[in-house]
Amino acid sequence: MTSSPLPQHHLPEEVLLDHAAGSLSEGMALLVATHLALCPGCRAAATEFDALGGALLAAITPQALAPEAFEQVLARIDADELLPAAEAAATAAHGLPLPLNDYVGSAVESLPWRRLLRGIETAELKPRGARSSEGFPVSLMRLAPSTAVPRHTHQGLEITMVLQGGYSDAGLHYERGDVQISDASVDHRPVVADESSCLCLVYQDAPLRLTGPIGRWFNGFLRF
Amino acid sequence: MALSAPRSRGPVEMSWPAQQEKGLPDSARLCQLITAVGRSQDRAAFAELFVYFAPRIKAYLMKRGAGAAQAEELAQESMIMVWRRAATFDPAKSGAGTWIFTIARNKRIDALRRERRPDYDPEDPSLAPPPAVPPDSNLGMVQQSELLKVAIGNLPEAQAELVRMAYFEDKAHGQIAVETDLPLGTVKSRLRLALGRLRKAMAGGRP
Repeated sequence: MTSSPLPQHHLPEEVLLDHAAGSLSEGMALLVATHLALCPGCRAAATEFDALGGALLAAITPQALAPEAFEQVLARIDADELLPAAEAAATAAHGLPLPLNDYVGSAVESLPWRRLLRGIETAELKPRGARSSEGFPVSLMRLAPSTAVPRHTHQGLEITMVLQGGYSDAGLHYERGDVQISDASVDHRPVVADESSCLCLVYQDAPLRLTGPIGRWFNGFLRF
Repeated sequence: MALSAPRSRGPVEMSWPAQQEKGLPDSARLCQLITAVGRSQDRAAFAELFVYFAPRIKAYLMKRGAGAAQAEELAQESMIMVWRRAATFDPAKSGAGTWIFTIARNKRIDALRRERRPDYDPEDPSLAPPPAVPPDSNLGMVQQSELLKVAIGNLPEAQAELVRMAYFEDKAHGQIAVETDLPLGTVKSRLRLALGRLRKAMAGGRP
């Protein structure tokens, strides 16, 4: 669809493996799925990890089913159980990758955007699964053109992925699909360089802390 | 829950022990069977798939924390999904085992974790297309599955164990580190070594 360059900054392959194994939380899986939509290289790796799951399944010691299991399954098929749901039409209403559709809703604009600091807005996303009802660690972040995010660290893990636009941080440039992973050891200061704004998907398992001399004073007021 | 070998004569003539003694169907055969189910609702083909896969899916689900009864139910449901979706199976894109593994994996997450597992959609119009360069390997999926099975068998035991833990226990690699008493860095580097070997094997090299 676009001629934009492919992502240069990826998720670690163990995370792709955990995704294939089905071991990631919904929030992390959303981040991975979005990256996979934007990154053909990681998609190829993800396919290999699915194949690894298939090969391990072949090598497993089988557990016999009840003798009547096969006839039960045929009966359930004849009774039309578990008909597949009608496939949702593939629409990219927001210009965002499809995995985000269910989470973003009708429009990016209608999300509950909250101003965090000048030029920085954030909108929390809600989980879709039945179990994960609270503390969904995924949000969208919008940076206005020419915004410099105040210097900060994170108490936990923060993963940022660019959806639209781009930013620079510590000499590296991040564009659509690029992933930046930060933790408590990373004190960083992302800057949106050019005239266009930047939309990011953010996974954050603990709040950020401003570390600049003035920023520190704001920490008590921030609700990220 | 009886786990002894069943002796069922269903509407399709089959007996599990007899089938299993004849030898396991290979990847090519399994692909043909799924294709036959998808094309013509072939119940004999489905029976053969069931004999091979249902007990493996059940074992997988039990390893990942389901009780025997729940695993039995979910294995049945997975096989119903196999029947229903067989027409969408594309042997050029994935091996039989891979395709069925993804069905069982997603079934498990829906049922056991009550969470969603967002995944990319191959039909997504915003999907970034791969570069024009063809993939470095042009091995068929069938051949790849066979190579991969051999390569897993050839991994050093410590690496193979970590790979199995990653897929068969409900833990991301961070928790595996805690459980095996290995530093996270060691778990990651061993996993990467294992993955490197497997990838090489799938590309047609020696494991």
